[in-house]
Amino acid sequence: MDTVVLLLITGLGLGALYFLVASGLSLIYGLMGVLNFAHGSFLTISAFLGWEVGRRVSDGTWTGLALSAVVGIVVGAVVAALTELLIIRRLYERHIEQALVTVGIALASVALFEGIWGTDPIYTERPAWLTETTEILGARIPNDRFLLIACAGLVLGGIVLFLRRTRYGLIIRAGVENRHMVTALGIDVRRSFTLVFAIGGAAAGLGGVLASVYYGYVSAHLGSVLLIFAFIVTVIGGLGSLTGAAIASVLVAVLQQFANYYLGGTGDLVVVVALAAVLLVRPRGLMGKAA
Amino acid sequence: MTAASDASARPAPGAGPILRVAGLTGRITGQTVIEDVSFEVPATGVTALLGRNGVGKTSTIRSILGLIERTGSVELGGIRIDAMPTHRIVQFGVGYVPEDREVFAGLTVAENLRLAERDAAPRREFIARLFPDLVARRDQRAGTLSGGQQQMVSLARALVNENRLLLVDEPTKGLAPRIVDEVAAALGEAARTVPILLVEQNLHVIRALADRVVVLSGGRVVFAGAASELLDDEERVQRLLGVHDASEAA
Repeated sequence: MDTVVLLLITGLGLGALYFLVASGLSLIYGLMGVLNFAHGSFLTISAFLGWEVGRRVSDGTWTGLALSAVVGIVVGAVVAALTELLIIRRLYERHIEQALVTVGIALASVALFEGIWGTDPIYTERPAWLTETTEILGARIPNDRFLLIACAGLVLGGIVLFLRRTRYGLIIRAGVENRHMVTALGIDVRRSFTLVFAIGGAAAGLGGVLASVYYGYVSAHLGSVLLIFAFIVTVIGGLGSLTGAAIASVLVAVLQQFANYYLGGTGDLVVVVALAAVLLVRPRGLMGKAA
Repeated sequence: MTAASDASARPAPGAGPILRVAGLTGRITGQTVIEDVSFEVPATGVTALLGRNGVGKTSTIRSILGLIERTGSVELGGIRIDAMPTHRIVQFGVGYVPEDREVFAGLTVAENLRLAERDAAPRREFIARLFPDLVARRDQRAGTLSGGQQQMVSLARALVNENRLLLVDEPTKGLAPRIVDEVAAALGEAARTVPILLVEQNLHVIRALADRVVVLSGGRVVFAGAASELLDDEERVQRLLGVHDASEAA
């Protein structure tokens, strides 16, 4: 029982990380039809700069971590918005060019990060409580899982509120369905493209800082690793569906944890098999709209 | 240009055509779908854009709005709009009711309408009077409405703002006869306040609403004149539109 609880909550924590990356990917694809392979770079640069600021101000404390999170969110939002404004904006409706450019950004940024921060992981200091455990139903759960779950819950709630309660949220929801019709109602939908990139970048930025808490280090490849699973989550959840991304994040991460424990470390393989199964049985994903 | 300055640029009634299209050529993925189309829409009443299936009626509407690649001149109230992006053309006072309604299925009726509101004082009471059923269904998702109700939403989105011109594309397509009458009545009501360029297949509706007609064939204008001039000539209707005027026979 205690093992199941541990795997479940660890899966939820990892799922929270996946969701922070996948939420932006899903919104960006849903509204703009852009498969943004550069999304992992937003996460990595945020993680590095968040760590740099946090450790200089107050390393290993809650203040330092909070500051890292704020820096991560701001850096993620700004870098993503600039990427949309300066590069992606010229390439809408040109899917091959989009893929090539965003893959190029991803590869070049990893090289850049390695040049600045080196190729080895840099281990980070965390507040003491996050290195401790809490006992639940006999399972000793690392406390950082609770932080991740809480943050992802807040981000999910925040995005849902934004989408449901604001005019830009309304434009984005309509644009995900039919952006040409939004334009035909007299709305400059491209303004919301930048906003969605910024929101996705902010979530990824927070994800970067929290990933450094979860893994205990920052590295130039942090974003690349998480991006692969975030893409899997986005496809399984249904491209463009925030709810689908949230559900699939939890399902994938929990499945991965259980397979790693009970099936001899085959978590990644099982996730890929699950992706293939979903694509065969329900190509539009769990919550995606029919083509 | 803001909505307020748009309104100040509104032409006086009878001051000439509200829409002047000249040499309009439209392309979809490089293929020419309309060629050298020229016609005018008066500043009052309903002008019907007619033609057999596939002659380019919808493409003409979409070209005017800049929804497809086009060349040529489009003037609204004497001002060239063909270099503007679609959202600016709509902000300039062009309401659009697309073929197949294109309501946002995942949004409620109220959200569909709120999204379309761009005037400082949207005409909510006018919409409520014209489509009382929509008021009762304001919290219902548009995707769960019947075809007729979705058409009401689509019309209401265009009518909630004060426009200089409405472009209405096949509003009665696929609707039951009773709903067709309701849609035609709503359009008739709307036409009292705004000129309409209407694409329509139903001759009964055209006869009831249209003052003028423009007929396309092979992507070009082959007839433009008073509606009665075309509709009273059975042979011409048959030749240009390929349909028999059932309302005439009745």
